[in-house]
Amino acid sequence: MRSGERGERPVSAASVTFLGMPATRPFPRNAARAVRDSQLRFNLRKATRTIRARRASVVAEVPDWAALRDAGRAIKEHTLRNLDRYLLQLEEAVTAAGGHVHWAADAAEANEIVAGLVKATGETEVVKVKSMATQEIGLNEALLEYGITAYETDLAELIVQLGDDRPSHIVVPAIHRNRAEIREIFAGRMAGWGRPAPEDLTDDPAALAEAARLHLRERFLKTKVAISGANFAVAETGTLVVLESEGNGRMCLTLPTTLISVVGIEKVLPSWRDLEVFLQLLPRSSTGERMNPYTSMWTGATEGQEFHLVLLDNGRTRVLADEVGRQALRCIRCSACLNVCPVYERTGGHAYGSVYPGPIGAILTPQLRGMSSELDRSLPYASSLCGACYDVCPVAIDIPSVLVDLRARSPHPWPERAGMAAAGWVLRRSGRLARMQRIGGRLRNLAPRRLPGPLAAWTDTRDLPEIPPESFRDWWDRTDGGRR
Amino acid sequence: MSRSRDLILARVRAALAGVPDVEIPRAYRGPSETPPETPSATPSETQGEIRLFEERLRDYRAVVHVVAEAAVPERVARSLAERGARRVAVPGGFPAAWPAAARAELVADEPPLTAADLDALDGVLTTCAVAVADTGTIVLDAGPGQGRRALSLVPDYHLCVVRAGQIVAGVPDAVARLDPVRPLTWISGPSATSDIELNRVEGVHGPRTLEVLIVT
Repeated sequence: MRSGERGERPVSAASVTFLGMPATRPFPRNAARAVRDSQLRFNLRKATRTIRARRASVVAEVPDWAALRDAGRAIKEHTLRNLDRYLLQLEEAVTAAGGHVHWAADAAEANEIVAGLVKATGETEVVKVKSMATQEIGLNEALLEYGITAYETDLAELIVQLGDDRPSHIVVPAIHRNRAEIREIFAGRMAGWGRPAPEDLTDDPAALAEAARLHLRERFLKTKVAISGANFAVAETGTLVVLESEGNGRMCLTLPTTLISVVGIEKVLPSWRDLEVFLQLLPRSSTGERMNPYTSMWTGATEGQEFHLVLLDNGRTRVLADEVGRQALRCIRCSACLNVCPVYERTGGHAYGSVYPGPIGAILTPQLRGMSSELDRSLPYASSLCGACYDVCPVAIDIPSVLVDLRARSPHPWPERAGMAAAGWVLRRSGRLARMQRIGGRLRNLAPRRLPGPLAAWTDTRDLPEIPPESFRDWWDRTDGGRR
Repeated sequence: MSRSRDLILARVRAALAGVPDVEIPRAYRGPSETPPETPSATPSETQGEIRLFEERLRDYRAVVHVVAEAAVPERVARSLAERGARRVAVPGGFPAAWPAAARAELVADEPPLTAADLDALDGVLTTCAVAVADTGTIVLDAGPGQGRRALSLVPDYHLCVVRAGQIVAGVPDAVARLDPVRPLTWISGPSATSDIELNRVEGVHGPRTLEVLIVT
């Protein structure tokens, strides 16, 4: 990986951080394929419009939303600034409450720790609460190598797991599937994983939810080990917080005798009181509800359970070192930026080639993973810079600014650099510009619609604007501002 | 493991060298100065909160009744009968008078019921620790009348009795009153999912019916 020019900060370090999916083709090629899938576009359009309207209405009814957002931003900023202190405080509080704390520098280490903890219980099956951190480290695949089967229990994760599919959204990983597709997956695949779907399964959402309930019920009642993430971890008290809707989270957090929570180091909050801010910001931004159906909070080993907390770095400290990009660590994974993004709405999440899609993914993935692959270099361009993501972000992450910063630091091909250097030379002096404009005006009928060679990449996606016969300045001089 | 601990902490410290700290502005509405059950809260204020709480619960498709203290036993008996509940769990510390008129068998969690036992029950009766009007939320903290967390999770029907004095205005009021050392469950309506085309569907793994009695 080449570092930026003239003392710019390099984005990548020596090692490549694993982010749950292999980085393959660049975003534009993935996007071009995705937008041709009319079913996908229909599903996404319907879903994102529904959620946007819901979010807007529940946010509008909170008179102090702007103040909550400002507090949310500042709490996260302050936490990150003092992250070492708060992590140690969290460790101490969890340990004092009977929990065990483990530290994982990268995905491989986190997977190894979790596999070791599961093996120590003698169990070969675990139930999982939906968690981005465990998606990120590819925990399910890693556990399989140790002979441990992980069962996803969130409805959307179940759809993804049964369909041998990949998640495409942070909160609703199966957002790209409609009810008819979900019915097909349930009817065809449930039997291979446990209790089969009912014979007469319809595509009514209530019937699909019932099928998931029946399919997982036995599993919840008998499984001894659960793995979760956490939305927040309070340093002051050692309390972990999980927000969910279905009750699958409560089942996993409550019934098994061993609970392992894998939590990114940026999830820590300084004080118990800070929850009064985030419990208002997150549900409204995320699913557009005043409050999500269930939130569980527990401190250390609870009700006789054995509890392990795995604190995960996996590239986060590298993001923390970046003056502009570190604000991405404020993210509370609400997905509001995905739901409003015109690019995400058209391409869906798979095009981003990461478990973190959408605008936040476009800034988080290249920072966590580095910009060594073509895909990761292309992600900062997966945006029109319209700024809708910034407007809805409950912790005010200025995503457009980070995108622009990352664009400046990603390596650019020589024709682009040559073109920009030439443009810079022309624009630096007004006389030069005027001369070039006159030449351009005279030769305007000769301007090609499509540029040759590698420059075609530019004209393939852009129309050449109409070149006027003379510049505005020349027109003004000739006509004395229209008076002659 | 401790090597990674040192490594992560060292990386954090290196990343933060020279970075300035920020003030946290708390201009949002914090906890109310006067909790509603104190004499200084006006009756109309309390009435407004009860109405809002009721409205929010109905938005989540919970079943809600507002009843006087004396009418609770009759209401509990009727709700259980309407539901057809024959065996219901009653946690320790639940006021004995409230289910006294019910014809259903009352099952104690002593010795602790197994997960399969819980699954075979028709429902559970609980009280709560605090309730939030603004969001229609009930919070259980495993205190008297609430039981351990699984009790209000596995049975398909949850009947929760909330005293009007336990209803607070907003989320900050609830956070201020709760003890983080206790296991806490915030419940806002019956179990639901938005995973199919982002439409809310009630009823997945948690109780599919939530019935709330507000005692005035």
